[in-house]
This record gives sequence, C-alpha cells and structure tokens, in this order.
Amino acid sequence: MNVQPKFYWLIGGVVVLLFIATVIGMLLKMRATTDSSRTVVDNLNQRTRAWWSMIAIFVLAFFIGRNATLVLFGIISFLALREFITLTPTKSGDYYPLALSFFLLVPLQYYLIGIDWYALFSIFIPVYGFLLLPAFAALAGDVEDFLARIAKIQWGVMIAVYCVSHAPALLLLDVPGYSESGQNVLLLFYLLLIVQMSDVMQYVFGKLFGKTKIAPVVSPSKTVEGFIGGGASAVAIGAAMWWITPFTPLQSAGMALIIVLMGFFGGLALSAIKRSLGAKDWGTMIEGHGGVMDRMDSVSFAAPIFFHVTRYYFTP
Amino acid sequence: MWLSELLIGSVRLLVGAYPRWVRSAPSAAQGIYFANHSSHMDTLVLWSALPPELRRQTRPVAAKDYWGGSAFHRYVSGKGFNVVLIERAREDRSVDPLQPLYDVLSSGQSLIIFPEGTRKPQALPDPFKSGLYHLSQRFPNVELVPVYLENLHRSMPKGTFFPLPLICTVRFGAPLATIENESKENFLERARREVMALA
Repeated sequence: MNVQPKFYWLIGGVVVLLFIATVIGMLLKMRATTDSSRTVVDNLNQRTRAWWSMIAIFVLAFFIGRNATLVLFGIISFLALREFITLTPTKSGDYYPLALSFFLLVPLQYYLIGIDWYALFSIFIPVYGFLLLPAFAALAGDVEDFLARIAKIQWGVMIAVYCVSHAPALLLLDVPGYSESGQNVLLLFYLLLIVQMSDVMQYVFGKLFGKTKIAPVVSPSKTVEGFIGGGASAVAIGAAMWWITPFTPLQSAGMALIIVLMGFFGGLALSAIKRSLGAKDWGTMIEGHGGVMDRMDSVSFAAPIFFHVTRYYFTP
Repeated sequence: MWLSELLIGSVRLLVGAYPRWVRSAPSAAQGIYFANHSSHMDTLVLWSALPPELRRQTRPVAAKDYWGGSAFHRYVSGKGFNVVLIERAREDRSVDPLQPLYDVLSSGQSLIIFPEGTRKPQALPDPFKSGLYHLSQRFPNVELVPVYLENLHRSMPKGTFFPLPLICTVRFGAPLATIENESKENFLERARREVMALA
C-alpha cells in the first residue's frame, strides 16, 4: 500500500479511538465522586488531550514535511532542556556552557539531521558537546561543585537534545522497499504510538490489578501487574500495526517490546532524577507551565535504541 | 503594538514569565508593583506577566542611563513597553528625581518599580531605597503590590548580555496594608519582607 491511504487509515483510526476515549473520559468525569477517582479520571483525560494535540501536530508535520518536523522536535528539545535546567541548581559560572547548549547545540543537532549527516549527528553531542561544555565552564573559573554542575548540564543536553532528536532522525533512514515511498514518517508515528500506548496501558492495568510495586520510592505508580499487562498490550498493538512499518508482524512485536522496555526504563530513570532534584512532576514543580519532560521521558530512552536497531537490521 | 507583542513573545519563549497570584487576584485598582531586581530582563518580565488589561495602564520605571542610553534602547523601551525613565545619578539637586513618577500616578496609571535601585547578584532583595516610601506617602490610595521574580538572577546574571532560557515565575502578593504613622525604616523593611515572603 502507498503512504497516502495508509496515512488516512491511520489518522482515521486514531481519531475514532480518541473520540471514544474523550467521550468515555467525559462520562467518567461525571460519575467520579471521590477525590482519588477524580484524580485518576483527570489524569486519563489529560493524556487524551495530550494525544489530540500530538495527532494535530503529527498531521501538520506530515503535510508540511521533514524540515517542519525537525523544527518541531527542535522546539520540544529546547523546552525540555529549559525545564531540566530550571530544576537543576546552576550557578552564574554555568552561563557560557548553558548558552552554548541552548543556542548552539540544540539548533546544530537538528541541522545535522536535516542535512542527513549521520556520521556527525550521531557523535556531535557525546563527543564535541561533552568536551566543549566543561572547557567553557572552566573558563568561568568557579571550581565549587564543578564536576557535579557540569555533569548535570551534560546529562540534560544528552537526554533532552541528543536522545530526543533520534525520534525525528528516523525520517532519514533508508529502508529498502519502504523509505522510497516516503513512509518513514509512519515509523516515527509507530514509535510515539507504542511509547504512549505502553504508558497509558501500564497506567490502566496498574490501576485495575496493580499490587506489587516495582520501585516504590522512585515511581509509586509502577507495578509488576501494570508493567506486564500494559507492556503485553502495547506489544500486541505493535504487532497489529506491522502494516505501517517495514517489519513483519513478528519483527514488529519484537520492536514494540524493545520500545516498551526502553520506555519503561526511561520513565524510571528520569523519575529518579526528578526526585533527586526534589520534584514530583517536571510540570507541577514549575508553576503554571511545564510537563514537557513528563511527556518525553519514555521517548528519550526508546528513540535512540529503536533508531539504531532499525538502522542495523533494516538498512543496507 | 507589534513591538510589544514581539517582546512579550520572546520573553515567553525564553523565560516563560508565568504569573502566579499568591493569596491575591489581579485588581483593576491603580497600583505600584514593586519587586526584587537582579537582571535587565526584570522590567520586561514583570510587565509581560500582567494581564493585558492591567498591562495597558501600567508603566515600568527604568533607569535613564540604561533604557534611555542609546536611540535603540529608547525606542524599544518607549514604544515597546512604555517606560518612565528616571535619573539615577541625580546631578541636579533642585529637581525631585521622583517627579516623573508622581506625574504618572497623578494621571491614574500604575507603576512597576524596583526599590533596591540597582540590580543585585542574589535572588533575595537588599534593603530598599526610600522612593517607595515617598510614593506611598504622596499617594496613600494607590495599592502597593509586592512581586517576587524567581530565577532571573540565574537567567541573566549581572555582566551578561543575553538571557538564558530558564523558566521564571512571577509571584504577585496581596497589597500592603496601611499602618498609621509608621516610620520610614519600618515601612521599607516591611515592604521588603513581603517580597521575600513570596520567594
């Protein structure tokens, strides 16, 4: 099948699903009586709303093309890094490494993807960024907590910029029999779909059957039952969506499993980080605005691995 | 005007400038918003955080030596966010440097001022200069609203020329209560504590 009809089927399907989810959310909201049930329903409705905006953005990106998608993810990286650094204690001596991260590393990383320079974009931040950031910081001459400060900046840049940028980097893969017809954008959609489905289903299964907590201190809502139930349904959805990918149904299930596992680890690791910074949500810690990292935590871990596995096994 | 929109848009993208009304609500009454001062962005950030209908009747007070320094600065500060420029150096002792502020208040508009007088490297404010006291004496019916600007000392520390993108929250407190026959020192210290209480 060509990309156009696939795309319309996909969007049509998602819009119908979202519509059903929105109606169910409204009904649940009317029936919720206790405080805790209201919190759960609000949380689900919030996710549904996030999905509506994501689908709107996705449709827009599909019609205006690859560069627009890159700009969009560049803005997401910028906002995610802004959130990360806001919650990280930095000092005035960190001004230049931070300025370098925001105004040079973010645009350059996406520019390199835009011009298809795989060899440089895949090492740009881990090598050049890694070495230049402490050099700039050292010039400021403040040695107090130097290692801790610079490590936090490097971490923020790696997660919010480098890792996140691997999601739109899927657009530059050359998968024979797939990329020629411009279908890579569906691969990006596949990644985001599995990550989100895994998150939502784990939440739902956890609420319904959750008993055994996996890491109570780090992330109290993650349970073994939720993880297995949610993970398995996300893998099943992944297998069922094989027709939008270059994979066979079995391969697609395997890929979905990788995405689910990495997404789970991402949620866990970033939850530990925000707790060590004294926040519960990236969003609520910053009054009035935030939450970009809450949406991108699983994506940031899943995207690079999904990118590289696909590249290794499915491109010449 | 387009320049105001551009400035507000840039401020939002860089530092957010999200307003937060702490145990208070935006009020249409004439007011003096006073805040801690740590960067050149402060004026613009506080002004951007005000609801549009209040912003239209509010004029930030800015130092003539910075915002009136070059033709560019004068254009941006005047057309963009409608500042009142005041003299910090005070060469001419015969003129009250606060006169431009009295004029603005007499005309019914609100003011944004930074009573420390100059930017400080730390988040919490230093002791206030007496300007706020004189304004409150002359215009007892104008509400004095304490404001705390968070994170701006990190975003644009003294000596740097471009703000870092860090999310800045603007916290508005409840207007200062009036206390009869309060001494200048007590009044200024109380006002400062109100700002610090919002931190």
